Amino acid sequence: MTGAGHAETLACPDCDLLQVVPELPPGVKASCARCGRTLVTQTADSIERPLALSIAALLVLILANTAPLMGLSVVGQQASTTIVGGAWEMWHQGQELTAVVVAFCAVFAPAAYLLCTLAVLLAARRPPAPRWVGELLRWAEAMQPWSMVEVMMLGILVALIKIAELAVVEPDIGMYAVGVLMLLIPAIQSSFDPEAIWKRVTWADDESLPPDGAVQAAGTPDPRSAP
Amino acid sequence: MTPTTAARAGLVSCGTCGLLAQQASGVAPGHCPRCGARLASRRRGSLETTWALVIAAAICYIPANLLPVLGTTTLGSTEYDTIMGGVVFLYTSGSWPLALIVLIASVMVPLGKLLALVYLLITVQRGSIAGNRERTRLYHLVEFIGRWSMLDVFVDTFTVALVQLSPLMSVQPGAGVVFFAAVVVLTMIAAASFDPRLIWDAATTTEPDIA
Ligand SMILES: [Zn+2]
Ligand SMILES: [Zn+2]
Repeated sequence: MTGAGHAETLACPDCDLLQVVPELPPGVKASCARCGRTLVTQTADSIERPLALSIAALLVLILANTAPLMGLSVVGQQASTTIVGGAWEMWHQGQELTAVVVAFCAVFAPAAYLLCTLAVLLAARRPPAPRWVGELLRWAEAMQPWSMVEVMMLGILVALIKIAELAVVEPDIGMYAVGVLMLLIPAIQSSFDPEAIWKRVTWADDESLPPDGAVQAAGTPDPRSAP
Repeated sequence: MTPTTAARAGLVSCGTCGLLAQQASGVAPGHCPRCGARLASRRRGSLETTWALVIAAAICYIPANLLPVLGTTTLGSTEYDTIMGGVVFLYTSGSWPLALIVLIASVMVPLGKLLALVYLLITVQRGSIAGNRERTRLYHLVEFIGRWSMLDVFVDTFTVALVQLSPLMSVQPGAGVVFFAAVVVLTMIAAASFDPRLIWDAATTTEPDIA
């Protein structure tokens, strides 16, 4: 894609220092000379690998949301719950706002993150990618901090141990699915390189991919005020 | 020698896609030629927004810890537990590692996050130039650790969802849960609205060099 030996001028997002980053071999990181923040991580395979992982993660996400998380039995009575069942019970018990936060962080944000990532990767396989890819990439990045699968996993474990004091609890398929998801999502994040995607997306100002290296001038009329 | 920052060179780094672009003018930097997002040399109203969210979170922190988060009804009588009560329950029932995890995630992390953000805001406003690297690292720690405070909300949710065996035993959420969730959400947005570049701005000038 990008020409070999292309150096790129970047400003550090943490301290604003301007620096020239040379074309890096795969697996090599460049960090800021002033504050130490990682500026560029050259991933070996920034499309196919995260693509395969996000398809797998979406399938596991469906399983995690449909299968029961755990079951409980005490003197003949049985009960089980799913992730959505947990949010629904909070809503039912008068904690509507908490239910919305739980549903957002446990179901909506991970699903939106995975779907956006998948669409971005599929569309970016053959550059130039259309402009909506950039929009979806922005969505995926906005959803990432709110997708709390690993926090939920620990929460389920603590709840399980707490309830085990009162009754017999059994982990179920849903809980194992959440555990697998907890490993898949960070694997996607570490193999995914947003910069590699941005390099394949059609520019907002002209309908092409300008050569990289040179610093472009900002557009003056705000696109939001344009028709 | 002062380091050359993008702001001094009349450049701006796009907050969305990271592209470095020439500012259209000092007052209105224009929009990113690559992704079309509005450019800003520093996040607009960063300090004011962060302060407002930190204060709101600090107010919610009080009912979050004083009000019960769970009520357990066993054969007609109901017992209420606060966050600390839940930690004590885990400790006395013999799982002290879990008690420690919940204590750290639910009590210490939210408080530590608020104190860290207040510290960052005050040092930036006073124009401090000491420990810039450490303050940047502290900021990223706050950003990274924020989500883990949601732990207790998930514990309460799944406990409530599973233990519905009336009349034998049932668990209800308490009014504290929603305040607790609010603390987590507000501090996460507060951390996201803080601009770490402000930490470094005191050491340089952000005025473009006209030479
Ligand atoms: Zn830096
Ligand atoms: Zn941009």
